[in-house]
Amino acid sequence: MSDFKGVVVYCEIKGDKILPIAAEALGIGRKLADDLGQELAAVIIGGGIAAVAPQSVAQGADKVYVIDTPQLKEYQADAYLAALEKAVNQVKPAIVIMGQTDSGRELAPRLAFRLGAAATLDCVDLAIDADTRRLLQTKPVYGGNAQAVFTAAADPQIVTIRTKAMAALAPDPARKGEVVNLPVEIDAAVIKAKITERVVEEVAGIKLEDAQVVVSGGRGIGGADGFKQLDELARLLKGAVGASRPPCDNNWIADTAQIGLTGKIIAPEVYIAVAISGSSQHMSGCSGSKTIVAINKDKEANIFKQARFGVVGDWKKVLPAFIQKLKDLAAA
Amino acid sequence: MNIIVCVKQVIDPEAPPASFKIDAAANKAEMRGVPPVLDPYGEIAVEAALKLKEAGGGKVTVLSLGVNLLREVVKKTLAMGADELILLEDEAYAGGDAYATAAALAAAIQKKGDYNLVLCGREASDTNAGQTGPAIAEILGLPCVTLARRIEAKDDGLRVERVNSEGYDVVVTSLPAVVTVSNEIGQPRYPTIKGIMTAKKIEPLVWKPADIGIAPAEAGASGRKTALRKLFQPVHEGQCEIAAGDTPEEMAANLAVRLREAKVL
Ligand SMILES: Cc1cc2nc3c(=O)[nH]c(=O)nc-3n(C[C@H](O)[C@H](O)[C@H](O)COP(=O)(O)OP(=O)(O)OC[C@H]3O[C@@H](n4cnc5c(N)ncnc54)[C@H](O)[C@@H]3O)c2cc1C
Repeated sequence: MSDFKGVVVYCEIKGDKILPIAAEALGIGRKLADDLGQELAAVIIGGGIAAVAPQSVAQGADKVYVIDTPQLKEYQADAYLAALEKAVNQVKPAIVIMGQTDSGRELAPRLAFRLGAAATLDCVDLAIDADTRRLLQTKPVYGGNAQAVFTAAADPQIVTIRTKAMAALAPDPARKGEVVNLPVEIDAAVIKAKITERVVEEVAGIKLEDAQVVVSGGRGIGGADGFKQLDELARLLKGAVGASRPPCDNNWIADTAQIGLTGKIIAPEVYIAVAISGSSQHMSGCSGSKTIVAINKDKEANIFKQARFGVVGDWKKVLPAFIQKLKDLAAA
Repeated sequence: MNIIVCVKQVIDPEAPPASFKIDAAANKAEMRGVPPVLDPYGEIAVEAALKLKEAGGGKVTVLSLGVNLLREVVKKTLAMGADELILLEDEAYAGGDAYATAAALAAAIQKKGDYNLVLCGREASDTNAGQTGPAIAEILGLPCVTLARRIEAKDDGLRVERVNSEGYDVVVTSLPAVVTVSNEIGQPRYPTIKGIMTAKKIEPLVWKPADIGIAPAEAGASGRKTALRKLFQPVHEGQCEIAAGDTPEEMAANLAVRLREAKVL
């Protein structure tokens, strides 16, 4: 175990920028590396990405390993996995951190099993155990009803982190770091499951992840028509419309609107939950919201345990009056 | 197409949160007074398998690992339309993590043989680990596609739509392969009376560690690569301010005023 040292963050990139979650991973990675008295390295993978490396340094990395080849311009899980495997075998880090993203959630467990190590996905807290110097990996279990703290026996200790659960450092462009090019050749034969097409279904308007106000509907909305009313409120508040899982499963709204453990994780200023019971799986996606407002006819609904403001009543009566009053107040 | 679906018996994720309790001494959670169920995403994976069988024929074998598996829970898959049920059931399998569980499932899949596709749910509702499918793929050296919302047999392989945060990716793979299934694929069917009657007559095969070539010391808790240090319930302080009023409309107006005052909106 002793030849594994330091912390590596896999920094996912989009276009010519590292993702916010990569900056969050570097933030916690910096802290863990300092606690261990070891180095924090970033790994970036792609095609034509040399300009991205300084961003990882500015966010806290001591060293950046760049795997830059036209073969890796587009994401292919099998090829990215091969590249990551190569990087980890070379760097031999004690800890590998990735984001719990579309790709992180498939790459992390596969990398772990390929290396004979273990992964813990969707961590909301990471710390070094003072006694053993092992990584304490805290993740929600039972749909968010509980949290578990795990440690891994073997190195590297691989984790993904939940979006917005950990803080990024303020970028410091003056920070110095070393950039190391890692030449990797990907044998095309490693791509056994090939992505042939990417289809974007994102609805028009403000993106859920970026919206300051999110108006979400649950099973109690009862149909697609109800979502039109939520849309009206969202537009008034310059926000976006989200949903719990049942409206997505019932095709009242696009699947990409799902908020929760297996949907999107968001942390807007205001989250308005309409006819949503507040299951732990749903709250996993919105409990980071600054203020939660609930409209539900059941005063015992779990959502009221996490909401700051609420109305107990039928949304069909509450919502139009609420929208009208907001308009009146804005006009006054 | 011959399909093996891995499913799990779990505490009911839809039970009221108040019935959820943690046994701190055992580091285990339970639902008081609510019986266990089939894991919802596992059930969705069974649905995906049945759809593929309907489209192209073949056989659906369900594989489940656990201790004290209730027959009415695991047999639900047969009642839905699966053909065969294999249980990895033994005290030795208890307390495993993703590693121990996937290793045993992979060994059982190899023993079973004669399969084209392995399906799993995207994650189990108890551990929320999301690792079993990818792990089996790595152990068996098979192609892996996660988060499927649509699976079609095509040119001796599969065309899978993989959910992502913006829409979906189309992924093409050869067989055999491992695919994990997400809810977007569609709601699992209800068992029919006929299905329930058929399920009654099918006896599950039970495989002990020795049957799949695993030493008891490699199974369950002894085969873990991770240790559970602590299990706890985060506390939420309920301090919700409920808007007052005689009618829903009045409450709504009061809420709007209050949110304005508090500078929330
Ligand atoms: C592993 C796993 C992952 C999951 N991931 C997610 C996830 O990512 N996101 C997610 O949302 N769910 C997820 N779920 C499902 C989750 O457990 C719940 O089933 C779901 O969140 C319930 O949605 P809901 O609150 O809209 O519906 P319900 O629980 O049915 O609640 C409907 C609410 O509407 C209220 N209501 C009804 N009519 C009215 C009315 N006229 N006016 C006012 N109120 C009304 C009711 O009082 C009730 O509280 C997951 C489940 C599992 C097992």
